[in-house]
Amino acid sequence: MLKKTEVAMNPSELIGSRPVRPDGVPKVMGLAQYGADYELPGMLWGKVLRSPHAHARIISIDTSRAKALPGVKAVMTAADMPDQAFAYQGPERVQLNFWHMTRNVMAREKVLFVGHPLAAVAATSQAIAAAALDLIDVQYEVLPHVINVEEAMRADAPVLFDNLFTRGVEPVPDKPSNVTRINEIKAGDIDSGFAKADEVVQMSFTTEPVHQGYIEPHAALARWGADGQCEVWSSSQGHFVVRAYTAKLLGLNVSDVVVHPAEIGGGFGGKTVIYLEPLALTLSRLSGHPVKMVMSREEVFQATGPTSGSSMTVKMGVTRDGKIVAADGVFKFQAGAFPGSPVMNAAMCAFSVYDLENARAVSYDVVCNRPKAAAYRAPGSPIAAFAVESVVDELARRIGMDPLELRLKNAVKAGSPTIWGPKHAHDGFRETIEALMNHPAYKAPLGPNQGRGVASGFWFNGGGESTATLHVNEDGSIALATGSMDVGGSRASMAIMAAETLGVPYESVRSTVADTASIGYNFLTGGSRITYATGMAVVQACQKVIEDMRARAAMIWDVDIESVVWQNGAARPADPSVGDFAPLTLKDIAAKRAVTGGPIVAEVAVNAGGQAPGFSTQFCDLEVDPETGAVKILRYVAAQDVGRAIHRSYVEGQIEGGVVQGIGWALNETYIYNDRGQLENPGFLDYRVPVASDLPMIEAVIVEVPNPNHPFGVKGVGEVNIVPVMAAVGNAIRDAVGVRMTALPMSPPAILAALDAEAVSA
Amino acid sequence: MAKHHVSTTINGEPVEFLCDTSQTLLDVLRNELDMTGTKEGCGTGDCGACSVTLDGELVCSCLVLGAEANGKAVQTIEGMAAGSELHPLQRKFLEHAGLQCGICTPGILMAARELLKHNPDPTEEQVRYWLAGNLCRCTGYNKIIEAVLDAAREMRGESHA
Repeated sequence: MLKKTEVAMNPSELIGSRPVRPDGVPKVMGLAQYGADYELPGMLWGKVLRSPHAHARIISIDTSRAKALPGVKAVMTAADMPDQAFAYQGPERVQLNFWHMTRNVMAREKVLFVGHPLAAVAATSQAIAAAALDLIDVQYEVLPHVINVEEAMRADAPVLFDNLFTRGVEPVPDKPSNVTRINEIKAGDIDSGFAKADEVVQMSFTTEPVHQGYIEPHAALARWGADGQCEVWSSSQGHFVVRAYTAKLLGLNVSDVVVHPAEIGGGFGGKTVIYLEPLALTLSRLSGHPVKMVMSREEVFQATGPTSGSSMTVKMGVTRDGKIVAADGVFKFQAGAFPGSPVMNAAMCAFSVYDLENARAVSYDVVCNRPKAAAYRAPGSPIAAFAVESVVDELARRIGMDPLELRLKNAVKAGSPTIWGPKHAHDGFRETIEALMNHPAYKAPLGPNQGRGVASGFWFNGGGESTATLHVNEDGSIALATGSMDVGGSRASMAIMAAETLGVPYESVRSTVADTASIGYNFLTGGSRITYATGMAVVQACQKVIEDMRARAAMIWDVDIESVVWQNGAARPADPSVGDFAPLTLKDIAAKRAVTGGPIVAEVAVNAGGQAPGFSTQFCDLEVDPETGAVKILRYVAAQDVGRAIHRSYVEGQIEGGVVQGIGWALNETYIYNDRGQLENPGFLDYRVPVASDLPMIEAVIVEVPNPNHPFGVKGVGEVNIVPVMAAVGNAIRDAVGVRMTALPMSPPAILAALDAEAVSA
Repeated sequence: MAKHHVSTTINGEPVEFLCDTSQTLLDVLRNELDMTGTKEGCGTGDCGACSVTLDGELVCSCLVLGAEANGKAVQTIEGMAAGSELHPLQRKFLEHAGLQCGICTPGILMAARELLKHNPDPTEEQVRYWLAGNLCRCTGYNKIIEAVLDAAREMRGESHA
């Protein structure tokens, strides 16, 4: 619907309030159960043997000595799991290929990165399992490897897969390469666009892979029953997806697997995939015991996550009065060892905050000998934004315009084009710019070596499949279940929306996450889709219950259902002519449930469309130490359109957390490989995420332009906050000391080198 | 392999356990004593998620051997509340939304409690430096810092806004 989004909503005490989250007390008491906290009687410990080589053919694996070790109950290799057909499935932007996925969880013909699993053991203790790994004899033929994306694209690069022929080019190449797919999207004609430009800026950028860095390592506990019925306890961003992938990789029916949602200790996209679950189940099948597997931090860094590193070139043109007339971008992303980087997302998001007639984005998905990239918060978009928003900053400098003003002049609104087809359907971006223009700190004076940088970002946000069930208990309280893992406080937002809709106190709603056998399907908690899509299912379930309440009140009063309205948590006569009936509260009706139709239950499943994208504009003030190149963040203000904040504190928390992850990405975080393809910083000491003393308070400015497609106006909040950060920091460094950083991370040595180069050339 | 017999007190209760020489206190707490409130984030002392106190000293339990707890007093997150009455820090973390996923929360609460024992009236900067050994990847730290400062105010008996 292309219209200015204005939604009239009743004033509410609950929507936008800050109640204590339902899962809070167990978490502060140490009682909440995360993936590694579960155990079962008779449980074994499983451990994984991982490749020491970045690229090698597996000649043989001899597990006989490991199997003979007392205490060892099972040893497995890929031969203990069925192979999968080679087929790309699903929408092109997020395609799956189970041939690749089964090789990612356990190598078959080749190992493709250091840390690639190739065998696993289950034993009666962790120590025995670790000892058994040393007894597995593997013969390798070590092959040349490639780490960097540009090197992986060279004609003479070591090729990871003999069956990989670049898709998206005609004719299909007759030689395999590491370029898995090339895609181009465009609108208008960039040549005629650039012809109108007074200033054109073209720059090239590189970024390094960064890890989601969740504090909880992956863990799984699995039991394969003698009857073929399997259970898995693991942390994930979607236990239904864990079930689907695990069942597929093991050749099981999904109904033979129940996945219990453990509390999740952070995910940020990195727990939308599986690593341990099929291994633990296989070891359980082979041993007849439940098997628990927990990754070490080193394993997490070596073999899970990160998001892609990249190499990009962006060219944009602007007129002297501030109209951006053309944009062209080439984006090359490391997929890691298997195809599927978020480069198409990057290309689609790259120019999406600007109203552009002429734009093009070309994307390359490239495999190399690193762990397979996984989603990370608005996957792809922050990488592209680092390039595009740096170029936009230079355009503003060239024409002498305030960077917020330039953005406002070119900002998309409902009806603006995108380069991938559909027009924008929502407002909210301009409002984030205006929020910063009106922010008093935007005019605050800066000192020597201090600078201010502005950047904006776009993310699609998600809808999709969700189910909610609502049970009205006999005392009028509510049991609310969804199948959406709570990664950001969604149990609280579901309880708020349910209580608000029903007109009952927040405290009377018990908001839970059900296992895969207890509720209908729910897709991942990802894409910032839960408060939107699952929230819609919750609200619709409440509305069904309200209809039921009205019908039961009508039965009790012996009137028509149309004569009964639901207000403030009670059925009431629609008008005085209906009769003089005292209101019937949820509790009153629940008490009579047995004589009015039995249990009061509603289940609603949705496949939600109509989600609205996320827009963010941010500015960063920082100081560069010219002696060391170190950057200190002085102030950070992030404005984001959230549609409508349901739980205000957790909306702020999403924004603050996303910004801080971006600051780490901008300044510190990187994967460092040596010439043997080994990761040299697989721990939090050397892969340094921001700590409390690195930071000031992050100021979250909540902009609310409601989404008319959601009963409370919700847009997703979890991802777009990270999109502008690296560019905002880079632009602030440019403002502070005059050097343009085009490679991440902008670490002290990198900034110092740039300052020295500037001094030499000056 | 013979196991060590260890006598200790945990959260004021006498506890005896057997452990391997190489077993960390973290491993003992979680896997021998079923006290899983103490979390493992890194196993190398870099993230602070497994923070406990040993004879009143804040330590990463992943860097302490189980055998080292012999004759010493261990405090863990499970002993922070008085029965079902939350410690002011626990309450303030809930009120200020100082946790998102919550995996770092037990360690941060243990560290914050030690801070307030040493310094009941810390500045924001002092809280930030004290908690610099406790990684949180979700919150951006704002609300954690606010919760600690507010808990400190309450524990000092000051009225709070």
